Amino acid sequence: MVFSNLIKISWKAVILNKMRTFLTMLGIIIGVGSVITMLAIGEGSKQSIRSQISQMGSNMITVRAGSQRVGGVRIDDGSQRSLTIKDVEVIQGCKNIDAVSPIVQSSGQTIREANNWPSTMYGVYPEYLDIKKMELKKGSMFSQRHISQSSKVAVIGQTVVTNLFGDEDPIGKTIRFKSTPFQIIGVLESKGENTFGQDQDNVILVPFTTVQKRILSITYVNSIVASAKSEETANQAVEEVSVALRKLHKSDEGSEPFSVMSMEELLTTVSSTTDILTALLVAIAGISLLIGGIGIMNIMYVSVKERTREIGLRMAVGGRSKDILLQFLTEAIFISVTGGLIGVVFGIVAAKILTVLTQWPTIITGSSLLISFFVCAITGIFFGWYPAKKAANLDPIVALRYE
Amino acid sequence: MERKPIIHIENLKKEFQVGDEVVRALKGVSYDIYEGEFVTIMGASGSGKSTMLNILGCLDKPTSGTYELDGVSVRELSNDKLAEIRNRKIGFVFQSYNLLPRTTCIENAELPLFYNHEVSAAERMERAINALNLVGLQQRLHHMPNQLSGGQQQRVAIARSLVNDPVVIFADEATGNLDTRMSYEIMGLFQDLNRQGKTIVFVTHEPDIAKMSKRTIVLRDGLVVEDIVYEHQVDAKEELAKLPVTD
Repeated sequence: MVFSNLIKISWKAVILNKMRTFLTMLGIIIGVGSVITMLAIGEGSKQSIRSQISQMGSNMITVRAGSQRVGGVRIDDGSQRSLTIKDVEVIQGCKNIDAVSPIVQSSGQTIREANNWPSTMYGVYPEYLDIKKMELKKGSMFSQRHISQSSKVAVIGQTVVTNLFGDEDPIGKTIRFKSTPFQIIGVLESKGENTFGQDQDNVILVPFTTVQKRILSITYVNSIVASAKSEETANQAVEEVSVALRKLHKSDEGSEPFSVMSMEELLTTVSSTTDILTALLVAIAGISLLIGGIGIMNIMYVSVKERTREIGLRMAVGGRSKDILLQFLTEAIFISVTGGLIGVVFGIVAAKILTVLTQWPTIITGSSLLISFFVCAITGIFFGWYPAKKAANLDPIVALRYE
Repeated sequence: MERKPIIHIENLKKEFQVGDEVVRALKGVSYDIYEGEFVTIMGASGSGKSTMLNILGCLDKPTSGTYELDGVSVRELSNDKLAEIRNRKIGFVFQSYNLLPRTTCIENAELPLFYNHEVSAAERMERAINALNLVGLQQRLHHMPNQLSGGQQQRVAIARSLVNDPVVIFADEATGNLDTRMSYEIMGLFQDLNRQGKTIVFVTHEPDIAKMSKRTIVLRDGLVVEDIVYEHQVDAKEELAKLPVTD
């Protein structure tokens, strides 16, 4: 049969049963709509996590002490005291590395006159600011001279300023951390919360040696951060650092007492988590699409039963099995594709409303629209096939006499 | 004048397997029907006339024997080829009209042409209107079947059977659902069509209807028992005029 005739016949059948067609479509509309909304939520949260992570510095490399083994039980990673200032020096020597800073940290109460505030003190190198992409709001960062002298100077984050100083200018003032006085020489630009809900402004940066020797009296470092020369060479830098550190620790690949990770790897890890979540959401939404498909099958089956005589007549006047099959298949596809198109619109609108109501970031990608659309076209073919085949296999003699 | 046989059947047999039993519906039937004939096939139920019509209409294939329709031997054809034969050479009129509901007369009449890709949409429409004119429904082109009387609905069905300009029209109890008046009207229409040269094969069990044809083939138990050629064809319009006027 000519394609335009096929469309005409199918359109007519669909239009003759407007309400039934609409109700059948509703299943597909809701199915496609929710798949698109869920994909938009997944994509949105993934993108927002990505952008926050890259704000932290996308060429940053983190070296952490490996997990400790106590009688076969693996204790929380980073608890092993395997990293020392020697590691920092080795990393510094790598050619893909731009800057490096050890980190020793200590949490505790910070006191300023009558105020006190729980905060974390980080003992770092001045390069730490560049590596972490932090900016100074006022004052200055401590220098190498402060490190070698283990000076009691501090650069503090906005949260510390607010809680200990209020509106006062903290530069030149003194705070106490674990009974050691520190003079404030700089204030950091606010960075807000990170992806994991951590306040990045509740920090006190102090020369590395000051924390290691005066506060903690330890010889190891908690972790090391470094920056690769560029984003592109970050993975090469990870490899180079790993090799250099393995040599230093005389350990083999797989059993080294440290781990080296680039931001990119962290991104991948986080992305794969959100991908799993998205897949889960889409799977649930997909079930409603499946039910929509079964709805099409059901209504097409009823339609074939109801129109048995019509099928018989069409065959008697020259319709071949193929023509009948195509007619009913076209009807099913018509319902699913139209439903799919409305569903796409519905999904986009739902995602926008969701963003307005809940502030969840949603991003609708072209590929998600395309995939949903094709999935529902395939749904139409898949679920329309059985009833259409049933119609095509009817015997015209029997069908013509069907009551 | 040498007449051309439209239908040539020879020793036609049809058997059905019903459970363990073999039912022999046609036991060897032979006859020819020529161009321009108006033949009625009569018989009691179980005589094999439905089976006969299914085979003649290319809806079913004989078990053995010869059936040639307009020179084409039907027995060897595939189902798709049979569909094409039905589409190009045959017109069907059924007892229960079989019109598509909520579909206009034009759309109903043009239905067979949908399955003929050589006919364009415009030509389809034109031929449907011509066919409807021929059956006297020029005033009802855009009516739906539920807005028409039984006789008018059957006229639409006749228009549908004419639209592909078939070599033969098969009518299966085409007056069975109609009262006498309407039956005679429809028979009058068939006689007109026959006079215009259409070959008509009409299955019926009503003797008065049969007498309005030119020839009757009577089937009993799967065999032809009588083949009558009427010397005088009863004119349906005259009979209609003789009927007492009701209402």
